[in-house]
Amino acid sequence: MSSKTLYDKLWNSHLVRQDEAGTALIYIDRHLVHEVTSPQAFEGLRLAGRTPWRTDSILAVPDHNVPTTDRTLGISDPISRLQVETLDQNCAELGITEFLMNDPRQGIVHVVGPEQGATLPGMTVVCGDSHTSTHGAFGALAFGIGTSDVEHVLATQCLILKKSRNLEIRVDGQLAAGVSAKDVVLAIIGKIGTAGGSGCAIEFSGTALQAMTMEGRMTVCNMAIEAGARSGMVAVDDTTISYLDGRPYAPQGQHWDRAVASWKQLHSDADAAFDHSVILDAGRILPQVTWGTSPEMVTAIDGVVPDPDHETDSVKREGMRNALAYMGLKPGTPITEIRPDHVFIGSCTNARIEDLRAAAAAIRGRTVAAGIKQVLVVPGSGLVKRQAEAEGLDKVFRDAGFDWREPGCSMCLAMNADRLAPGDRCASTSNRNFEGRQGQGGRTHLVSPAMAAAAAVTGHFTDVRHQQD
Amino acid sequence: MKKVDKHHGVVMPLDRHNVDTDAIIPKQFLKSIKRSGFGRNLFDEWRYHDHGEPGMDHSTRKRNMDFILNHPRYQDASILLGRHNFGCGSSREHAVWALMDHGFRVVIAPSFADIFFNNAQKNGLLTIVLDEDIIEQLFTEVVENPGYRILVDLPAQHIALPNRHTISFDIDPFHKDRHIRGLDDIGLTLEHADEIRDFEEKRRQTAPWLFNNQH
Repeated sequence: MSSKTLYDKLWNSHLVRQDEAGTALIYIDRHLVHEVTSPQAFEGLRLAGRTPWRTDSILAVPDHNVPTTDRTLGISDPISRLQVETLDQNCAELGITEFLMNDPRQGIVHVVGPEQGATLPGMTVVCGDSHTSTHGAFGALAFGIGTSDVEHVLATQCLILKKSRNLEIRVDGQLAAGVSAKDVVLAIIGKIGTAGGSGCAIEFSGTALQAMTMEGRMTVCNMAIEAGARSGMVAVDDTTISYLDGRPYAPQGQHWDRAVASWKQLHSDADAAFDHSVILDAGRILPQVTWGTSPEMVTAIDGVVPDPDHETDSVKREGMRNALAYMGLKPGTPITEIRPDHVFIGSCTNARIEDLRAAAAAIRGRTVAAGIKQVLVVPGSGLVKRQAEAEGLDKVFRDAGFDWREPGCSMCLAMNADRLAPGDRCASTSNRNFEGRQGQGGRTHLVSPAMAAAAAVTGHFTDVRHQQD
Repeated sequence: MKKVDKHHGVVMPLDRHNVDTDAIIPKQFLKSIKRSGFGRNLFDEWRYHDHGEPGMDHSTRKRNMDFILNHPRYQDASILLGRHNFGCGSSREHAVWALMDHGFRVVIAPSFADIFFNNAQKNGLLTIVLDEDIIEQLFTEVVENPGYRILVDLPAQHIALPNRHTISFDIDPFHKDRHIRGLDDIGLTLEHADEIRDFEEKRRQTAPWLFNNQH
């Protein structure tokens, strides 16, 4: 047999059938469900008189709409409440496991799945959410789907797909202290663009990826979609296996031993051929800050806001002008002189325990700077929150003047009450700086957790590498 | 799903790269548990001056007349001409529902984001990829000619321009067939239910831990 990439192996092991034109039926092992993209799928299923093919493959959790303040009061917005109640009803009626809003295991679906061991190497994982690419960090084939496909997976346990091309993104070398997985993925997007991975499955590899924790790998895979790729993945190694050991949904006993043996095959063969390869030097990656309204509009902390007049492509130039007008920024402004008035630490990109530790460490006994109106810290799940509290991180945040909240998607997309007002400028650990993403007229700068926390206590973007001594 | 066969309609140019699904339908409208009614909030933040919320009377809101969707000459547009990486970002199928609810049946662009493209196929929104230079030519012609209409002929896989020139396009034969016949994916897949069951049974043998949901 010829050599295979990790993606080839995952594809082949889930292929139910394929026609001459290459249209394939791919079996789905894990289906994660949340309240926003599922109601119409359940309704469609019901209208067609169908039932779910395999309820034990499904794990549901409300995350997009849930309040991050006191939950004993319920959800005050009636429209948000209806959506969460609709999920609860659908799951109860069909016998689907759901972590309800007040369950301590509730959280952002892409934090909860791995944390529970519900995401395992070698799986296909889907969810009606584009950041499902996160789960690829475990050597799984994971990608976001629309509502029609949610219904399709519910009804058939399969998806109709065409195989993507193989894109390797290799990051070799050692990251400088203070440079994180978030900076790596922002630097990748800056290099290849938001459509650089279109039509591709990305495998992130190289010594920098191997050195990352699972939390770091999840941050990188999470933003594969921001580079245009529906899925991103990392080969299985000892880091993957030890992360999963003992998690509630992970196999146990002799199943564990069998599983581990099969997971060890989940890497690209040494001479496997990729359609494209991109190589980055980890040692040259600096802390990153986005300045525009697309994740590819990014530069390093020692950079300046670029000048559209230097762009030769006319449509791009116009796009840069629109972005700078929206962001209220002038070309040539040093990034370190940009002053956010809000800070958001959270989201499926950066709300895991390691992210909160990095943010807490960057505060270094200081408090919120003058001019900062609000700093939200929203843990990725109830279990992350509990762990952070056990480590005293909540106290570090509270003492600094940050708001310590209940878990959920929160201000990453502002579907609940947490949102920016027009003109607000936010240093955010989330994944999208699109116009209006964090609230209409809100201005988002994407950064790492350490960079966000440092901005909160200094009042402007600050190079966290200089804080590491 | 809606059938598409031949479609003759007015073209609306949207001259931006990376039009994302947050822009196509902002998140506050995703709280609906229905598939319909998203059209009035298509491009909400570009289309109106004020902030929109579900349940508002949208007919009385102040419209941004600089935004192309509000230009009188594009009121009947059913074909959207876009730029690079159209539909990037969130997986929300509501973006496709909003475009269709507003009356768009075809989107033409040099490239589409993968999830948006896939969602479009499930709903009968025809997505056509053309070379950048042809797109550029279409932008010029649309802007110069009020009421510019084209005929999209899916069975023939070409677009007929007002000057009678035709431009051919490629489309996946599976997608083409489904669009023309308006077929439901789930029904098609369930024709292979026995194959799915066989596959599942083998998988249960080789990876039993995937079938052991803890509670």
